[in-house]
Amino acid sequence: MSATLKHAAWVLRGNPVTALAATGATLLVLIAIFAPWLAPHDPILSNVPMALQPPSATYWAGTDQLGRDVFSRLLVATRLDLAIAVSAVGISFAAGAVIGSFCGYIGGWLDKSVGRLVDVLMAFPLFVLAMAMVAALGNRVENIVIATAFINLPFYIRFARAEVNVRRNLGWVEAARSGGESHMTIVLRYLLPNILPAMAVQISLNLGWAILNAAGLSFIGLGVQPPTPEWGIMVAEGARFITAGQWWLVAYPGLALMLTVLCFNLLGDGLRDILDPRMRT
Amino acid sequence: MRALKSVGVRVGRRLVASVPALLGVVVFTFVLMRVLPGDPAVFFASGPNAGQAEIQMIREQMGLDRPVHEQLIRYFSEIGRGQLGRSMTTGQAVVADLRERLPASLELTLVALILALGAAIPLGILAALRPNSPLDHVVRFVCSMGVCVPTFVSGLLLIYVFYVVLGIAPDPTGRIDIFAASPPDITGFLLLDFAITGDWEGWRAAAGQIILPACTMALFVLAPLARMTRASMLAVLGSDFIRTARSIGLSRWKVIVVHGLRNALLPVITITGIVFSTMLGANVLVEKVFSWPGVGSYALDALLGSDYAPVQGFVLMMALAFVVVNLLIDVLYGIADPRVNVE
Amino acid sequence: MTLLSVQDLRVSFSTRRGVVEAVRGISFDLAPGQTLAVVGESGSGKSVTAYAVTGLLDRAGRIAGGKIVFKGRDITGARESELRALRGAAISMVFQNPRAALNPIRSVGRQVMDALSAHNSLSGREKREKALDLLRAVLIRDPERRFDAYPHELSGGMCQRVMIAMAMACEPALLIADEPTTGLDVTTQKTVMDLLTKLVAERDMAMILITHDLGLAAQYCANVAVMQEGVLVERAPAAQLFQRPQHPYTQRLVAASPTPRSTVQELVGEPPAPPIIRPPERPGQAPLLEVHRLTKLYDGFKAVDDVSFTLRAGESLGLVGESGSGKSTISRMVCRLIDHSAGDIVFDGQDIGDVKARDFHASRFRREIQLVFQDPHESLNPRFTAFDAIARPVTRLLGVKDGKELTGRVEEAAERCGLPRNLLGRFPHQLSGGQKARVGIARAIAVGPRLLVLDEPTAALDVSVQAVVLKLLDDLRRQDGLAFLFVSHDLNVVRMMCERTIVLRQGQVVEQGDSAAIFDAPADAYTRELLTAIPHFDPVAA
Repeated sequence: MSATLKHAAWVLRGNPVTALAATGATLLVLIAIFAPWLAPHDPILSNVPMALQPPSATYWAGTDQLGRDVFSRLLVATRLDLAIAVSAVGISFAAGAVIGSFCGYIGGWLDKSVGRLVDVLMAFPLFVLAMAMVAALGNRVENIVIATAFINLPFYIRFARAEVNVRRNLGWVEAARSGGESHMTIVLRYLLPNILPAMAVQISLNLGWAILNAAGLSFIGLGVQPPTPEWGIMVAEGARFITAGQWWLVAYPGLALMLTVLCFNLLGDGLRDILDPRMRT
Repeated sequence: MRALKSVGVRVGRRLVASVPALLGVVVFTFVLMRVLPGDPAVFFASGPNAGQAEIQMIREQMGLDRPVHEQLIRYFSEIGRGQLGRSMTTGQAVVADLRERLPASLELTLVALILALGAAIPLGILAALRPNSPLDHVVRFVCSMGVCVPTFVSGLLLIYVFYVVLGIAPDPTGRIDIFAASPPDITGFLLLDFAITGDWEGWRAAAGQIILPACTMALFVLAPLARMTRASMLAVLGSDFIRTARSIGLSRWKVIVVHGLRNALLPVITITGIVFSTMLGANVLVEKVFSWPGVGSYALDALLGSDYAPVQGFVLMMALAFVVVNLLIDVLYGIADPRVNVE
Repeated sequence: MTLLSVQDLRVSFSTRRGVVEAVRGISFDLAPGQTLAVVGESGSGKSVTAYAVTGLLDRAGRIAGGKIVFKGRDITGARESELRALRGAAISMVFQNPRAALNPIRSVGRQVMDALSAHNSLSGREKREKALDLLRAVLIRDPERRFDAYPHELSGGMCQRVMIAMAMACEPALLIADEPTTGLDVTTQKTVMDLLTKLVAERDMAMILITHDLGLAAQYCANVAVMQEGVLVERAPAAQLFQRPQHPYTQRLVAASPTPRSTVQELVGEPPAPPIIRPPERPGQAPLLEVHRLTKLYDGFKAVDDVSFTLRAGESLGLVGESGSGKSTISRMVCRLIDHSAGDIVFDGQDIGDVKARDFHASRFRREIQLVFQDPHESLNPRFTAFDAIARPVTRLLGVKDGKELTGRVEEAAERCGLPRNLLGRFPHQLSGGQKARVGIARAIAVGPRLLVLDEPTAALDVSVQAVVLKLLDDLRRQDGLAFLFVSHDLNVVRMMCERTIVLRQGQVVEQGDSAAIFDAPADAYTRELLTAIPHFDPVAA
């Protein structure tokens, strides 16, 4: 294990971008936890006389149409946005890894049909599917999580399947069989631990995607409802004022989204380098 | 000839194989739509004071009083007759609505895809030719940024910069200025129709309208395309047959273009197909931001209004588009790669 | 006059562990028309030397010192354009793994034409004619038809002939062949090598043959140079080098290479062991393994076709054949890793073919039949230490849960396989190829099987390591009275390891009987062909 850490340190030294991304991700988690105490203003309370103020020393990111401090709202929104993404990715990862590995290991017609289904699903406009699901299940935050988890699922299934497929006939899997291991054990104790590192990369990349998806759903008015601070809603509310030149209402939540996603994506790329420099793209 | 025949066989097999997937998609959305909250009959009744009798009549008219499986069979028989039902919000047949709006989405998606491919392939190749050079880092950085900015944000920011600040872009609403005359409907693609009629003024206006939403979309898909090009070019350049090509003394450009590029573009073909069919429907957000009258925003409005038929029609259309695009990709791939014909 | 002169060449690679010297100051000369084999085990720097000469080192590698002089011209630091003018025209190469070395989406005819047009300006017609001539010269039947074929439509041997045609296209003065027949079947190897050397001799070209196979080097080259860890330790005419090797490394290498008469003990420099004497069979006692009319179908294609044999307790039976002979499929059916399509597999009087392969892990016979896998790199779980790899089957199959007893068993098995105790805590990537092979064997014997199935157990190992592993296996068999089902493509190895041998071809038994009889007086023409195709350096046999 210490060898892995050493190797990680080596990669981080030679790859400051990943180190920066890791720092950024840590910072984001800290903000998500401590935002209510960090926010300089009340994120919900409206203050109409101060509406639509451009960024200033008091209001670092300006104020919105109700005079609420955009910066405070951004900080507080971090928790909700991260929570949605993390729980959605967590669910789809756990389900996808298990389903995918079992299909990949068992093979045969089951694997083939699951593979085809996943391919069809992936080529489908997943965002529309998520929209329909949220509309059908009810306009609530839990359902955003479920919908986002559902549309992430095909990626994990496919990934786990492919990873297991290349290993299924390797000597050490067959050795496990001739060593009397049950199929369950082979999948859970042999194959899963081996594909986890590669899945970790996928998780990190997917977190960014999940955040964008959740924000997109709130942008069109599904899921999170005002006045809850959430980056997608903030952009949607700001969109009305963009042609009037009030750019900060869109730009700052957009920036928050971008930086967050960037952090996770760069972290994912960095993880991939740490695990296998040949996979670098 | 042999290659053509085998491509034909593969296309046929693919068509047959796609039937269950299509059926599945139809049933799935049908059931999903039936779970939607709210009673559309109430929604579409004449007013809040509509009587029980009127609602009942609408229910019967929509077939909502029958069991679900009967409704499904009815729906299938309608599809067989080329009917997708009637939209309650627009009052038109869904087929007509989709036919009217599909060209807008297709045009936008195609322009965006051409922009994205035009930028992504050269960038990916250049980056792969000099891995870890400054250019490579720039390309990778642009790609990383591209996927991080949600389309609804980049679209709005583009509007702010080009419309509000610089004033060089037209009002970001729709495909064409409301006061401008639209061209005769020949293909439904405004750029093509204007070009056919020789109305270059109108062409420029339409191009001005499409450029911002197309760039917004292109920016978002640039990253996967460029990444894939770079990765596959790198893999090909490191392969044994490139070493062979060098060992017989071929010039550098011949090695790269003749032996490298053609092989490297094979996976790009596949991913382009996926990107296209996803873009077609998934860019609901771009259509919303730019008030683009496409199928995505149509489906979105219907969905938010509990209007079944358009959503089902839209999903079916997407599934069909998926099948068609996949067929095209298959044919292209079959021509480009002789190996696929053996299986 | 010398054609090529390499003087104190040093090549280094920048890796994540810093700069590594792959070639550490080697010198040799090559006269026009001369043939030189460069022999060495993996990591000896033999291929790197070849790539340095042609300027085809990959990005990480660079020439750190020394000189390469070709036809009196120093080409060490030559620009890419100068090297390009030389490649193909004056120096050309033939690579290993011919399928991958050809562009998969370009017809082979066009690729030969590419080689022609790199240094000549010919019209399209002339190019095509010359390309067809070249394909004819490398004995490709029906070249007009093959011209438009793609590499995947040709066999490995055919692809290698196309590679040779490309290398010959511009009549270079020097041909460098980098393991040209590795991965090809032994009979294909013979035809390819015969063709290659014939063409080289006809055109009075010089050749450098890079190989790990001493037999191949001796049979096809006049001179042999031996490399070890980036240093050239000995160079001599082939016959002299093998009869009187001077350098200790060469001596060890020559001894470790199996010949048609060597024994396992000789490979590692020990006196031959006495033959195994088994107690006489009681009449009526069933053999340990009885395979009856075994057949395996893959999509209607018969991979194994009606194969029957028996194996007595403690006996060693070899399955030999080329690729596609079905030997590995048979071994995996016997191990119950895959199901058979028809026939019986009777182990110790019990039909184990009844149990589905997917349920066999729970069978009481699972511990009786164990397997040693081909590639030691792929046969160990990257996430398990050597200890865990050996301990898991002991826990599962013998039900040993007690920590102390388990440790004892694992350590005993490891010790018997010559695996030091301090290596048991290591993960596979921290072990050498030979050590991994030992872990694989220890894992198999730890549960005390009666039948050990070995699927090409040494195919991925260097000869010196192979020698030690073979000796270990032979010792274990003698001590435990294990029965072996030994699958291999290497006839010399099978002859040494097995009392009886079955020769397979395309899923069918060609010949079976006592190893000595089969190898000394083969009855079947195919067996004879296989035997004559083995390259050897033994002057008496030659």
